[in-house]
Amino acid sequence: MRHMGYRIMNNKPLRPLYTIPYTAWILLFVITPIALIIYYSFFDLAGHFTFDNYKNFFSSVYLKLTISSFWYAFLITLFTLLFAYPTAYFLTKTKHKQLWLLLIIIPSWINLLLKTYAFIGLFGLYGPINALLETVGIGNQQILFTDFSFVFVSVYIFIPFMILPIFNSLDKLNPALIDASRDLGANSWTTFRRVIWPLTLNGVKSGIQVVFIPALSLFMITRLIAGNKVITLGTAIEQQFLVTQNWGMGSTIAVFLILFMFIIMLITSSSDRGTTINGKIK
Amino acid sequence: MEKLSKLPKLYLVVVFIILYTPIFYLIFYSFNSGGGMSNFESFTFEHYAAVFEDTRLIIILINTIVVALLSALVSTAIGVLGALSIVFMRNKAMRNAVLSLNNILIVSPDVIIGASFLILFTMIGVKLGFASVLISHIAFSIPIVVIMVLPKLQEMSPTLIDAALDLGASKRDVLTRVIIPFIKPGILAGFFLALTYSLDDFAVTFFVTGNGFSTLSVEIYSMARAGITLTINALSGLIFLVTVVLVLGYYAVSRKTKTPLSGVKK
Repeated sequence: MRHMGYRIMNNKPLRPLYTIPYTAWILLFVITPIALIIYYSFFDLAGHFTFDNYKNFFSSVYLKLTISSFWYAFLITLFTLLFAYPTAYFLTKTKHKQLWLLLIIIPSWINLLLKTYAFIGLFGLYGPINALLETVGIGNQQILFTDFSFVFVSVYIFIPFMILPIFNSLDKLNPALIDASRDLGANSWTTFRRVIWPLTLNGVKSGIQVVFIPALSLFMITRLIAGNKVITLGTAIEQQFLVTQNWGMGSTIAVFLILFMFIIMLITSSSDRGTTINGKIK
Repeated sequence: MEKLSKLPKLYLVVVFIILYTPIFYLIFYSFNSGGGMSNFESFTFEHYAAVFEDTRLIIILINTIVVALLSALVSTAIGVLGALSIVFMRNKAMRNAVLSLNNILIVSPDVIIGASFLILFTMIGVKLGFASVLISHIAFSIPIVVIMVLPKLQEMSPTLIDAALDLGASKRDVLTRVIIPFIKPGILAGFFLALTYSLDDFAVTFFVTGNGFSTLSVEIYSMARAGITLTINALSGLIFLVTVVLVLGYYAVSRKTKTPLSGVKK
């Protein structure tokens, strides 16, 4: 591919023409928005240049918010991984694995809002989960508007996105390696720990990347399911932009969210290019 | 390959049940003549009728589909041009830089995209509504199309182009008769993903939509905040049906063209 355009594109005047739309897109919708966010983070409500937003961010309110947002994102990512890894592993062992994988992915194509809305009914005071708890003898519980429901629904939403990259890396794994490990006397656990896990780590990393970053910025689920009990960085940005109309503070939080995003990407970036981009979650 | 024993099978079954329960729960109660999502009274189609009688909802549905189709079309065109620009770049460092820029919007949280686009539109004076929503959807779909088309372009042997040029093809011929047919599966996949990204988007649209314009996701959000309405359930029944048909269609197309399902949607 290196010199594919060698002959066709050595016509210099033609080159800019077809690169214009894409270049314009990069300038206008990738670089400018980030620049604008950074620019706005230095202005207060009255439009005066200030560092107050940054000072505010390091006040206890926002630090607590950041820490709790990270804590929830951590919990969500952890549980998603715990459920997704075995699922992906068992999926690779099924007969029609591509079909099963498709079946796992279909729910992720259903509008996110609808799935979240379903949980309002499922977890409601008169919903089936509470009816079940009643018959078991535990009695009615407030499930909706708790931390538990927030983490549960988020894990539910993110699971297919974690399964996919892990499935792909497991699928690429050479089965001869597992046989070799067995032949050399390793038991199942050792085989998993020393052979399978290290070889699928890239898939796990990209799974973590596509779950952790969106989990930091969820705001719709916090509003509908957690009933404003949980505030994430995303909720705070939405609040500042659309409710209090304080774009400066909202931008400052956004700047930090972008920073966290880059740090997470650096940590989870894998050497294997093919698995880094698997999709994103809204 | 070793066979699955009982316990893993049970595990998979449980995962499938959990994944599908909310969806079937919604659809089940869409046939409930009672008002809520508990106590199934009797079977009815009235909520489906309500969807089709609600002109406001129908307009929103049409808005959503128009935005999705237009944005997918435009972003596919720009995305293909973008992938071509990247592939024809001779400077490797430059190419990697552009690729990183391309991927920024893919990994950016929607809140960031929404908030920054809101600032952008306000600054350059785009009125919030149909235009701002459409432009945003085009903007966040372009990198996905690029990602879907690029591998196909890289797969393509440069000798194909050389052969075409040697045989007297013009540059336009090379593009339309050699390159485009070769990367068609990637273009289709990109178009399809862009379509579904747009249909499914909530957060970005929520930021950049004005008062007068709404898409389905935003509408469901405001309906759900107000409480349970079985119209939403009927709507989800219809959406589920369409989604399954689309996914199966995509699966059939991608199997034919041997491109594996390589992207998921949010």
